[in-house]
Amino acid sequence: MAAIFRPSANLAAKFFLLGMGGLLAGGVFWWWVYPRTDYARGVGWVIDQPVPFSHEHHVAGLGIDCRFCHTSVEVSANAGMPPTYTCMTCHSQIWTNAALLAPVRDSLAHDAPIAWKVVNDLPNYVYFNHSIHIAKGVGCESCHGSVDRMALTFKAASLTMQFCLNCHRNPGPNLRPRAAIYDTEWRRGPDTPSPDALMKQYGIVNRDLTDCSICHR
Amino acid sequence: MSTTQLPMQPVVDPAESPGAMTDRIAAIVLRERAYLWWWLLMIPSATLAGVMVVSILWLFYAGIGIWGIDWPVVWGFAIINYVWWIGIASGGTFISALFFLVRVEWRTSLNRLAESMTLFAAACAGIYPILHLGRPWFFYWLFPYPNTMTLWPQFRSPLFWDFCAILAYVVSSILFWYLGAIPDFATMRDTSVRRRPQLFYGVLALGFRGSGREWRNFRAAYAVLAAIMAPMVCSVHSIVGLDFAAAQTTGWHSTQFPPFFVFGAVLSGFGMVLFLALPLRRLLRLEAFITGRHLEVLARLLLVSSLCVIYAYMMDAFSTYYGAEPAEKIFFHERVTGLYAGVYWSTLLLNCVLPQLLWWRRLRLNQALVWLISSGVIVGMWLERYGIVVVSLHRPKLPSAWGNFTASIWDWALFAGTVGFFFAGLLVVVRLVPIISIFEMREILRKRQA
Repeated sequence: MAAIFRPSANLAAKFFLLGMGGLLAGGVFWWWVYPRTDYARGVGWVIDQPVPFSHEHHVAGLGIDCRFCHTSVEVSANAGMPPTYTCMTCHSQIWTNAALLAPVRDSLAHDAPIAWKVVNDLPNYVYFNHSIHIAKGVGCESCHGSVDRMALTFKAASLTMQFCLNCHRNPGPNLRPRAAIYDTEWRRGPDTPSPDALMKQYGIVNRDLTDCSICHR
Repeated sequence: MSTTQLPMQPVVDPAESPGAMTDRIAAIVLRERAYLWWWLLMIPSATLAGVMVVSILWLFYAGIGIWGIDWPVVWGFAIINYVWWIGIASGGTFISALFFLVRVEWRTSLNRLAESMTLFAAACAGIYPILHLGRPWFFYWLFPYPNTMTLWPQFRSPLFWDFCAILAYVVSSILFWYLGAIPDFATMRDTSVRRRPQLFYGVLALGFRGSGREWRNFRAAYAVLAAIMAPMVCSVHSIVGLDFAAAQTTGWHSTQFPPFFVFGAVLSGFGMVLFLALPLRRLLRLEAFITGRHLEVLARLLLVSSLCVIYAYMMDAFSTYYGAEPAEKIFFHERVTGLYAGVYWSTLLLNCVLPQLLWWRRLRLNQALVWLISSGVIVGMWLERYGIVVVSLHRPKLPSAWGNFTASIWDWALFAGTVGFFFAGLLVVVRLVPIISIFEMREILRKRQA
């Protein structure tokens, strides 16, 4: 009886086994590795905005405080985006004819807000409140990165649930003295109160910050 | 002469020889055209399997609101059918793995059929827990994998054990079935003369040539799998029982649930093997290999597991009154006299009373009667699970939360669909795979000849 399979069938079988191995590796990559990549989370990815606003220039160069534009960050869930009037505080006086700022002038002329695109977008099932984080000593920089060095604004942290929980499970090391909250260059130094002291100072005690309902309401 | 003195029938017709047996069983599969009865059974089964696909697609589109479940009966057909199917699956593994380990000869004629039954019953069971998730596309969240939420399943919950148990069970059932069929695939490859079957069975046989080394490896691997599978049957269904027992629900919170569920599982499993073996041996003319001995043994096993289930039912009633918890007593009275009382009494009739007929050998040898009793047991075990799931949930401890359950058309459609899928799958196996393990049968025949 003639052989049913030619020797090349062995090769096909080996390729099949390799393929199964590849499938396994692919699964590991897709569910484990890929979601953690900056690419999947959009970290460091600049989103085109109507006006190429530079935090680097306004914060590091001119020394404008975060709260000058994001006015409601201390009292509201939303940090707040500045109305065009805020821009015009200065830009009605300087760079009044800059082509770059045409959308800002249009916005004022037509009484229509500038449509900034969201850089740090949380899913709708996450309840996030800026004011409580500010009140409890979390600096802007902890989540938003060194905004003072961003010529164009991009997402600096992955904002995965893992990212949130890393801090919620042990907030102490990420707390800073009240004076340093808006400081984008602040680092913990020898004079900084200990994490435990800061926890006590801000009253973050007897509260399980990893309860589901803390963030999912 | 009384029937008790009738001689035991042999495990296989003494007139059979290894060569003739191989040809007979291989010929069933190598027929160019399927039997007429095969088509007559396949068409409705495949149609129902189509109904299953439609029900699942509609479920995915519309959500589980299309089912009859609501507060307080939040576990409806999905869980009833899941437990029912996984119970049926257990019986097949019980026969093929446990009786392999204890070296029972009669197992050889039934193990392929029993394992194939296990395969498709476990597949039907396996889809239900996924379908009953509100967001089935996140089913992999059940799996403990390192995700970006740093969330893990609740390792202390039986629902998580259940996921692991079912996954392990389905995977090892497939492996056990396939590994056990490899020598037969090799036989089919060598017996067939046409090119396409040669290729088909040749690929499935994975190059098995029957060398001494291959047989040694094969036997070791098969024995290891059998040794894993036999205790796994008990653990899988115990964990299914724990899904219920760990809850505070009336009628569920009982330490006897794990063994009780294992008893019920093997009862329905033996019932289903009988239900399938009786017609199949006639349709495929396998009377020489599935003899009166097999039917008698299965009938006795059915009787024994029925007795075990009776014990569990008695303990169920006993612990209700022994514990004297008011909510439990209200629930139990509701169960025996209330809206769903018919379910309870039918369960007792089908699972406890009718199998008692099998005490008499004359009745055990009456094939029509045994077939009817085993069908009754299969239905009875479904009703038992209906009672456990629906009747318990519809009388929670808080009277203000009482409510009823009515299955919707989609509940029934999906249920009927899985039944169709089960039979369609089995019919495909009957058509493509030797339904009796040829190589093991050969060993028995050789031993007889020697």
